[in-house]
Amino acid sequence: MVGAPVLTSRSLTRRIAGPFHRVNGLGAVAVLSAPVLWLLVVYIGSLVLLVATAFFKLDSFTQKPTSELTLDNFDRAFTTSVFWSTIFRSIGVAVSVTLVCLALSLPMAYYIAKIAKPRVRRALVVAVVLPLWAGYLVKGYAWRAMLEPGSQFGASASGGFLKSVFGWTPGFGLVGVIITLSYLWLPYMLLPIYAGLDRLPPSLLDAAGDLGARPGRTFTSVIGPLLVPSIAAGSIFTFSLSLGDYIIANIVGGKTQLIGNLIARTLLAPNQPLAAALTLWPIVIVVLYLIAMARLRAFESF
Amino acid sequence: MQLSRVARFSLRIVTYFGLAFLYVPLAVVVVLSFNKATSLAWPPRGLGLQWWERAADAEGPRDALWTSVKTALAATGIALVLGTLAAFGIHKYRFFGRNSISFLIVLPIALPGIVTAVALQATFGRVGFDLGFRTVVIAHATFCVVVAFNNVIARLRRMQPNLLEASADLGADGFQTFRYVTFPLVRSALLAGGLLAFALSFDEIVVTTFTSGAGFETLPQWIFNNFSRPNNIPLVNVVATVVMLLSIPMAWLAQRLSDGPASGKV
Repeated sequence: MVGAPVLTSRSLTRRIAGPFHRVNGLGAVAVLSAPVLWLLVVYIGSLVLLVATAFFKLDSFTQKPTSELTLDNFDRAFTTSVFWSTIFRSIGVAVSVTLVCLALSLPMAYYIAKIAKPRVRRALVVAVVLPLWAGYLVKGYAWRAMLEPGSQFGASASGGFLKSVFGWTPGFGLVGVIITLSYLWLPYMLLPIYAGLDRLPPSLLDAAGDLGARPGRTFTSVIGPLLVPSIAAGSIFTFSLSLGDYIIANIVGGKTQLIGNLIARTLLAPNQPLAAALTLWPIVIVVLYLIAMARLRAFESF
Repeated sequence: MQLSRVARFSLRIVTYFGLAFLYVPLAVVVVLSFNKATSLAWPPRGLGLQWWERAADAEGPRDALWTSVKTALAATGIALVLGTLAAFGIHKYRFFGRNSISFLIVLPIALPGIVTAVALQATFGRVGFDLGFRTVVIAHATFCVVVAFNNVIARLRRMQPNLLEASADLGADGFQTFRYVTFPLVRSALLAGGLLAFALSFDEIVVTTFTSGAGFETLPQWIFNNFSRPNNIPLVNVVATVVMLLSIPMAWLAQRLSDGPASGKV
């Protein structure tokens, strides 16, 4: 019998493996302790320390946090009007980017999922995924080349691609930031919507048609509601990633300041306690957004 | 639903416009890397290989590339181990707080990079770690765990549970089942997760900037530090083109290995 030696062997591995089956929970502890400890110590620990840092007063001479406790940093972070306008601008950018991505993704995803032939469909999906790998900074830099307004004097007088091909460029500023961020995160919105449409049974669309719905009505009454979780899932990326971004504002934003710029500048000032208090802004906004999207069943479509 | 020909045609136009939107900026950078002039002006003033030759000799980008590769490899290694363990644990066991672990794993990537950056910088300062290679690897590994985890757990969920039962029925112990059944089935998911983690680390700049300290420069940092220096614009064009070219085989491989919508698997 071939199986016999295995069945009767009391090998070392078997003796080690035994208790993991017999003792309830031992296996779970063995497997999960390393990742959970790492994330708790390194990440959650850091976040707790971050919030704690915000309670300390800054020594105005050494510019290091002292051991004196204060609530001034929170007061400044949440009541300064310049900060408020930066927060509103950042939320405005994140919402605009989400809407631009949605406006492009809906028709593109519909064409790819429901109209393109199967062979073309696969090629189109790959074409959408491929730019994700091209590198964040490379893409930000590419938009610098696109948006370059040129100047009256010097070598770059003729301007970048948009200026010389279309005769117009928004230049470096808020619009440039919104375009570049939409460019960066478009696939993150398109792919969940595509997956949602792909799952949609064609018979539902036929049924709507048989009941007399025109395409517009089918979209608003059948496709739209069924796509809400996918759109919510995609918007988590477009909204959260845009909200915290400040590198793109540095590259194509001209003088535009977003929350990220504000925190980075405060940190480099250096005023670590105030920077720590300011990070509560994006944390609170992102967590509220995640909760709202969870209610739209965004996480079920991942 | 029967769309009119005009509607289908419009959808097609929007789709190809969207694809042009995705690819034209990248193509512009590739063309500009052969530009003879030192500006981002379009059209280029004559094409040549001179900046590629200069880039081949430049030490800055080469050192930065090596730093990026070392950091990404180390971070990927740690993330794969942690992410795989977490995926197996969550897939196999049911316990109180199971959902909070998934949340814990996603959090480092869900919160903005600048939050992670400020938090880790404060911690490394408190603990007394000198900022450098070690701190960057710890930081990168933390937000890379999620991609390893996602890939492995997706594969485990698709795996037939009766394979494990069959293995046990044939007398295999836990280790043997892992070695001969589970591991071969998740191997390609591990590779795909590893590639994604590598790309994520290779691409990162915000957390890197605040956890790296002086004298440490990854390739994204090099690009960021040089794009505004007019003399270095041609070099940045070449380096950006190289990064794009390097990404193509990685993307192709990841696509073949993953279970995503474009993998071609049913």
